[in-house]
Amino acid sequence: MPEKRIVLKNCEVIDPGSIATYLDRDGFRAWEKVRNEMTPEQVAGEVKASGLRGRGGAGFPCGLKWELAREAPGDEKYVICNADEGEVGTFKDRYILENDPFTLIEGIAIAAYAIGAKQGYIYLRAEYHHLLDSLMKAIGQAREKGFLEHLDIDIRQGAGAYVCGEESALMDSIEGKRGEVRYRPPFPPEKGLWAKPTIINNVETLMNIPQIILNGAGWFSQIGTERSKGTKVFSVSGDVAQPGVYELVLGSPLRELVMDLALAKKVKMVQIGGATGRIIPYDMIDTPLSFEAILGAGAVIVFDKSRDIIDIVYRTLEFLAEESCGKCSPCREGTEILVEILERFSRAEGMEKDITILEQLSQAMMLASLCGLGQAAPVPVMDSLQYFRHDYENRIKQKQGGIVR
Amino acid sequence: MTKIQEETTFQGKEHESLLVLLQRAQSRFNCVPEEFISEVAQSLSIPVSEVYGVATFYSFLSTRPMGRNVIRICRSLPCYLKKSQMIIKSVEDKIGIKPGEATPDGKFSFELTNCIGACDGAPAMLINSDVHVNLTPRKISQILKTYE
Repeated sequence: MPEKRIVLKNCEVIDPGSIATYLDRDGFRAWEKVRNEMTPEQVAGEVKASGLRGRGGAGFPCGLKWELAREAPGDEKYVICNADEGEVGTFKDRYILENDPFTLIEGIAIAAYAIGAKQGYIYLRAEYHHLLDSLMKAIGQAREKGFLEHLDIDIRQGAGAYVCGEESALMDSIEGKRGEVRYRPPFPPEKGLWAKPTIINNVETLMNIPQIILNGAGWFSQIGTERSKGTKVFSVSGDVAQPGVYELVLGSPLRELVMDLALAKKVKMVQIGGATGRIIPYDMIDTPLSFEAILGAGAVIVFDKSRDIIDIVYRTLEFLAEESCGKCSPCREGTEILVEILERFSRAEGMEKDITILEQLSQAMMLASLCGLGQAAPVPVMDSLQYFRHDYENRIKQKQGGIVR
Repeated sequence: MTKIQEETTFQGKEHESLLVLLQRAQSRFNCVPEEFISEVAQSLSIPVSEVYGVATFYSFLSTRPMGRNVIRICRSLPCYLKKSQMIIKSVEDKIGIKPGEATPDGKFSFELTNCIGACDGAPAMLINSDVHVNLTPRKISQILKTYE
């Protein structure tokens, strides 16, 4: 199946600097429909019925999140758009913001109406400062046209911290604090920003909303698999001839994305979901891209046969150790120790018992870490041990035979 | 009003303004000066330690002076696969400093950074807010010339 552009339907079609070009493509018609014909309950209900799940990696049902925030007591509520796309190998939200800021703004407007929020925030990562002006201009145009009478949208800029893409750290950052992860419960729909009911949605999640409203939940829920509705936007990089952003129906095989669209050759493995994502060896290249199988936020990094798996896992863990916020010890200490052991392997100084330590420590981190970073940091270690164990074992043999690479 | 006092004036919820103020200081002074930290702590009634904690948490804030132009080369995997090491080396050769340092004339700071979301144009770097992609050593010389 070729690409199916739902989220990206306006990208490279409209002029991102001119709202008129967006209005020509049904722009803000979903918002008009919501405002004139639907109650907030109906809007949340429609999104829930569509089966849309969060596109930032966790896959939480979007409509349920909205419903919880809508039903939470209080008048002061917030919508946050997570544009802190920091996952290694992810650039789909950058592409979306560059090419179609209007659909995102319409999605935020609808979300705010559904939960009863009067204030929205877009949390834009520091590395995307170059997108700030065009995003502000787009918000200004939407306001001038009268589409944002119920809502203020402010942009808050990050200051360089991977962990701030995690929703509770992101809220702390908006509150002006260190971006450290919060203990949960309470979850944001109950107590979020300034302890008020809050929803935090990824850019791509919100991009789906206008078309779900216009075409109906029934239309959307027919696309994809049983538990993965709609499409997914992927960022493909690494050893491919055509790196870039591709949108596929959920459930499409990985082969299609990597081999047919991005034109990879001699693939050894693919890392899906960034630093904390899964490692898929070539013989599993027909794995479907779905929440049931593998997905994450859509980062797809391809490695060809010339690549050294241990070097890659080592570099990945080095990154995670640096970006650990440090609040909980399983993650703070665990990532450091994983790096230390992997570094030994990369110097061909690993020992048999190191493999046992890697496995035991990974288990402990998965169980005891406070947030997704620490819980998923061992994933590349575990996956590589599962699929490329002989590479680790060879390294030990190299040491014993005195052969150092 | 001193420059520092000017920059500590901000409307908004008290704590919310802290990070925004630090970001402003960074862009105006190329760092968050110690004097600024104590001034902000006082004006927002937040302990100095907490202001310092925030100022040192984020990689785009710096308590040591940075150059007028900050070069940030991406060292994450997608750029690494496209030989970012070669780009790092060529910047080192060109401006004569290592990552983490600033040139004596204050023109450039040189940092390595994690994924900047330009992997489709790897190897990539940021100079200030500008993204430069598909870098080669030759392109580096041309790009650096455009920054004063």
